[in-house]
Amino acid sequence: MIRLEHVYKSYENGTQALNDLSITLEDGEFAFLVGPSGSGKSTIIKLITGEISCTEGEVIVNGYDMSRISRRRMPRHRRLLGVIFQDFRLIENKSVYENVALAMRIAGASGKEIKERVPYVLSLVGLEDMMHAMPRQLSGGEQQRVAIARALVNNPKVIIADEPTGNIDPELSADIMTLLTKINELGATVLVVTHEKDLVNQFAKRVIRIANGRLVSDGNGWYIA
Amino acid sequence: MSMNRIGYYLKEGICGVFDHGLMSFATVCMIVSTLLLMGGFSLLAVNINKIIADLESQNQVAAYVDENLSDEEAEALGGKLLEVGNVASVTFITREQAMESFLSQYEDNSLFEDIDASVFRNRFIVNLEDLGLMETTARNLADVPGIVKVSAHLEISRGFITVRGIVNAVSWAIVGLLLVVSMFIMSNTIKLTTFARRNEIAIIKMMGASNGFIRWPFTVEGMFMGLMGSCVAFMLLWALYTLLARKVAASALGFLKIIPFGGISLYVLGAFVGVGLAVGVFGSRVAIRSYLRV
Ligand SMILES: Nc1ncnc2c1ncn2[C@@H]1O[C@H](COP(=O)(O)OP(=O)(O)O)[C@@H](O)[C@H]1O
Ligand SMILES: [Mg+2]
Repeated sequence: MIRLEHVYKSYENGTQALNDLSITLEDGEFAFLVGPSGSGKSTIIKLITGEISCTEGEVIVNGYDMSRISRRRMPRHRRLLGVIFQDFRLIENKSVYENVALAMRIAGASGKEIKERVPYVLSLVGLEDMMHAMPRQLSGGEQQRVAIARALVNNPKVIIADEPTGNIDPELSADIMTLLTKINELGATVLVVTHEKDLVNQFAKRVIRIANGRLVSDGNGWYIA
Repeated sequence: MSMNRIGYYLKEGICGVFDHGLMSFATVCMIVSTLLLMGGFSLLAVNINKIIADLESQNQVAAYVDENLSDEEAEALGGKLLEVGNVASVTFITREQAMESFLSQYEDNSLFEDIDASVFRNRFIVNLEDLGLMETTARNLADVPGIVKVSAHLEISRGFITVRGIVNAVSWAIVGLLLVVSMFIMSNTIKLTTFARRNEIAIIKMMGASNGFIRWPFTVEGMFMGLMGSCVAFMLLWALYTLLARKVAASALGFLKIIPFGGISLYVLGAFVGVGLAVGVFGSRVAIRSYLRV
């Protein structure tokens, strides 16, 4: 479960990114998080991953209070999350295969498990032929798919995607979204940040809308804006 | 730790060394020079200690006999001398033997052609049991009736003991200082290579890696550089030491017995490898500490 309770976040330069925001996402839920650029979507994700902490309020993820979690617990917390970052965050000097395998190594998988699973997950995002390419040889969309494969490879309980289809052409975007809904049907909690109205409307799921760091609307249905 | 993990750490660490070839080369050179200095000073100290021990073992006192006593009377004093405490053995030297040994020191002894044995005194060479008691023993020997003078090389033995004290103190200070300096430099090298990789470290942390998982490749990198440095330093020290020992043996100091490298090479290698690894491990730990706080 992910719960934000009256969360405020101001950055060191004084920017007030979140303003009394409360959101709850139950285990196994699927939700889109939408809002204009600069509204605080990535800030929410960084609070959930523990990359930053909130100024006021409470952020609780899988039972961990993110403002009190110990240094020792943090790695365990992060291993339960599969995060697709808006800026991909691939490791430049490792191949596609190694980038995805690294997530499994961190989780303590054996060499055999890695050899079996990495090609399979790469085939799910249509990159089975690019396993040995380096990130800089890939297009933006391909890099994004590597980031998606990396987030999925450990079968995480929670998947958080920051604009996962921002650089991908529409057909493939729908495929990736379908993949995420399938993973949600298998039991994972999924939170998808996106701009794409059409895509959101195609799936008719819960839509959380924010603007200026505040909640605008939260409910099932269409995203018209 | 699984074999898979160990393999990953080794591969990452060793790739790290070669990916940052120039920095690694500089670090290894630094370790080599540190170890050479450390090793050089240690071996100097060891040799000085050995030389002092040698000198001590052959430390002797000369006891001169009253000229008025006959050769027979003089030789008979030997028994009395043996009764003095701390005396290990005595050897009687006649005037004639003393003169011969004096003349043999000069190649051109025409100068002393007319010299007469009577200007030399009969004497005993006294070997001591404990060098530390030399002063007291010398006084006791002088008190034996018939002995007029005792010459002990007090200054020489005191001098060497002082030198030993200084060399030991200086070499410990230098070893300590160099150890700190080399760790500092190693740490900075790895810091520079990790600075380039701080993004990568942050990403890996974000993926839930423990500090250990991140640290191990850098530790391996440091250990590998330390190991390379210690091996190179060992071989260089070996060559230099052997060369110097040969030079000393051929020089005026040839009477000094230098310890052969073969006899101490295992200790040197052990110490070098130990220090190299320690510098590598601690240097890398210090270097990446700040990047782990993500
Ligand atoms: N590290 C930061 N330091 C200062 N301001 C930031 C930082 N990150 C984001 N912001 C600001 O916080 C606000 C919300 O940013 P963000 O969460 O990235 O928005 P979104 O992802 O919805 O586009 C923006 O005004 C942005 O400029
Ligand atoms: Mg964003």
